[in-house]
Amino acid sequence: MADILVVGEILEGNLRKNTLSAVRFAADVASATSGAYDIIIVGDGADAAADEAAKYGARKVIKAQVDGGYLAEKVAATIAAVAEDGDYKIVTATAGTTGKDLLPRVAAKLSAGVASDIASFEADGDDLTYRRPMYAGNIFGYATITSDIEVVTVRQTEFEAVAEAGSASPIESADVVEDPAAERIEFIGVESQSSERPDLTEAEVVVSGGRALKSAENFENVLEPLVDALGAAMGASRAACDAGYVANDLQVGQTGKVVAPKLYIAVGISGAIQHLAGMKGSKTIVAINKDKEAPIASVADYFLVADLFEAVPALTEEIGKLG
Amino acid sequence: MKILVPVKRVADPDNANKMKVSSDGTAVTSEGLEKKINPFDEYAVEAALRLNENATTKESLGETIVVSLGPSDVVTTLRQPLAMGADRGILVGAEDGELDSVVVAKALAKLAETESPDLILMGKQAVDGDSNTAGQMLAEMLGWPMATFAMSVTVADVGKALIVVLEVDTGVLSVKVTLPAVVTVDLRIVAPAAVKNGVTADDHAYNEGPRYASLKGIMKAKKKKIDQPALADLGVEGGPLVNYAKFELPEARSGSVNYVESVQELVEKLQTEAKVL
Repeated sequence: MADILVVGEILEGNLRKNTLSAVRFAADVASATSGAYDIIIVGDGADAAADEAAKYGARKVIKAQVDGGYLAEKVAATIAAVAEDGDYKIVTATAGTTGKDLLPRVAAKLSAGVASDIASFEADGDDLTYRRPMYAGNIFGYATITSDIEVVTVRQTEFEAVAEAGSASPIESADVVEDPAAERIEFIGVESQSSERPDLTEAEVVVSGGRALKSAENFENVLEPLVDALGAAMGASRAACDAGYVANDLQVGQTGKVVAPKLYIAVGISGAIQHLAGMKGSKTIVAINKDKEAPIASVADYFLVADLFEAVPALTEEIGKLG
Repeated sequence: MKILVPVKRVADPDNANKMKVSSDGTAVTSEGLEKKINPFDEYAVEAALRLNENATTKESLGETIVVSLGPSDVVTTLRQPLAMGADRGILVGAEDGELDSVVVAKALAKLAETESPDLILMGKQAVDGDSNTAGQMLAEMLGWPMATFAMSVTVADVGKALIVVLEVDTGVLSVKVTLPAVVTVDLRIVAPAAVKNGVTADDHAYNEGPRYASLKGIMKAKKKKIDQPALADLGVEGGPLVNYAKFELPEARSGSVNYVESVQELVEKLQTEAKVL
């Protein structure tokens, strides 16, 4: 019987949707081991986020309000205290930048081992084995954790968000535990680019551009019309981000976001190992590239050898005709 | 400032797709692949060197110490950051099977207690394990604040604090950490204007990426000290908490690539074959 504590993420005063992948993992483990899962929400906007979290079938939701921007030092101690008192076997979160930043800190407080960014798990009674990508996704390792509490972050694209459950979970408050490390770090601010487009990690279609687009203007004038004709999210290669053509948070790859949409279109992207690590789980992959031998061919289902400055506008037009 | 830079030796990341699994599935092999310094740790070395130098006068502003853990031949890997300009090295002797992120963090915490660095600067993740946990655990073990996924670092408060800009899912986050602190770096930390120490002229633009070791640097590196304590000597308690029972290669994508002749053919196939439009 493994009980799981899901660490929810708050974004702009509400529950961030990516939390629902960690809830899916927790629900699956609970089901496999006859255990239960609770969701903990610690941060700014905990009340609203907890109300939302209560819709997803948890045994209970635990909340603690902490003012100001997210910093691991402000919330880790509270989460660790709840984890210890509550007799949980697993503490988990989705492996976004917040989860990856926070959970190892919580783990160190609990003297726990961490399995990061897992793709799946197997349960043998209460003994769990976690399958996780390594070597830029070129090897999968089966990890076991020997500490009493196991800390796990889950790859969002491998755990489909849970649907709302029938009834609301009870919500209780936890006391905030102070951590001296929090006195030595100050949150200055967050800068985000707001977009009408779907979130990269949630979209069904992703269109990514590479350095071959040559400029930010070309991303805007050539690629974005295709992105919007498909109702897609836009991504980019590391080279395009480094060159400043698009914001860094559009980067897909080992170092950026991992995506696995139904359709991934790589425009002018050669397909470095590190880029493939972020998108080779996509269901259908299309490459548009002048170079027939580009490494992206090793994962592409369809490859159009063409000059992207001709092919992309033509493709945008064809998609438009589909209506 | 005194900066500790942990670096990991990994199999050539640009050939990660050539990693193999042993026939019984219990080990990964990197036969024939060159061993290199983890790219993110190399960026951390560069960032440390930029923090610790006046780029115009070449005056040194502090000490940069590189640390690694592993078998004795890892000494070769440490010579590279020493040749780039780090001052000395420490290699904690250990077999690979004795190490996981927790053991590494504990060992680094012990070293931090003896060395008392102002800053521990390291790569955000090692590109073999891809765990992205050691730096965060280390910060917690030391009770220090941390900044992860750093894309820029600016010295503040007369060297007592750092303003760090982090790359997060939704954009960029700025924090100010009071030293001593742990900072884990992402790849854009080696952009030309990413590191500002308040001494090097503000408009100084470094080349993109880590510096190459000069011939002079390589010669000097041969004389730089590398201490080699054994893991057991550091007083680290407990062994690895994460073990790998087996490994496997990912499932190959089915089918081979289908070259299409035109945009029209592509759209048709996406509709009728792939059924994604």
